[in-house]
Amino acid sequence: MITTIVDLFASLFLLLGAGFALIGSIGLVRLPDLFTRLHGPTKATTLGVGGVLLGSILYFSLRQGLSLHEVLVTIFLFLTAPVSAHLIARAALQRHCKSLAQVPEAGEEKRSNDENP
Amino acid sequence: MLNLAVLAAMAMLGVALLLNTWRLFRGPDATDRILALDTLYINAAAVILIYGVHIGRPDFFEAALLIALLGFVSTMALAKFLLRGDIIE
Repeated sequence: MITTIVDLFASLFLLLGAGFALIGSIGLVRLPDLFTRLHGPTKATTLGVGGVLLGSILYFSLRQGLSLHEVLVTIFLFLTAPVSAHLIARAALQRHCKSLAQVPEAGEEKRSNDENP
Repeated sequence: MLNLAVLAAMAMLGVALLLNTWRLFRGPDATDRILALDTLYINAAAVILIYGVHIGRPDFFEAALLIALLGFVSTMALAKFLLRGDIIE
């Protein structure tokens, strides 16, 4: 009985995580410029991996005793995803990638300096 | 039921990996390609975790943790290279 319920929740979390990963990748393909494209993967894939990990924690905790070392992956990804997104955004700002919005001041200054040396 | 959910999740992640690969080849700028690689390794870690559930062995978390670590380091190195033209200053 309890196995069925826990398995139901585990499969629910697995499907939720995979669905979020898929939504993030669809966003990566469909969104128009790099700064909007950053939103899809960096938010949705951390949530997606979080869902998958929650599902596997439920699955293995039921069968082989409490297993929490999957939480390490979650914590690591939650810590590092914003850092890598920040670095990619900074690199894109410096390279003057095409943006739908107004580029912030520093980028504008650099561009005008580049155009009128 | 769980087997069906695992297979469906694997199919969804496979489609996600294909979409990431499309952006990796298509991406108009190098930063798009780095972003696609970043997403690709996170999704690959998720695929390995789901494969561990499918097989029923908990040994696959170490592989996923290693992929996450190395992927973060490589993303950081690539972004730093684009920013500065050098990785270690």
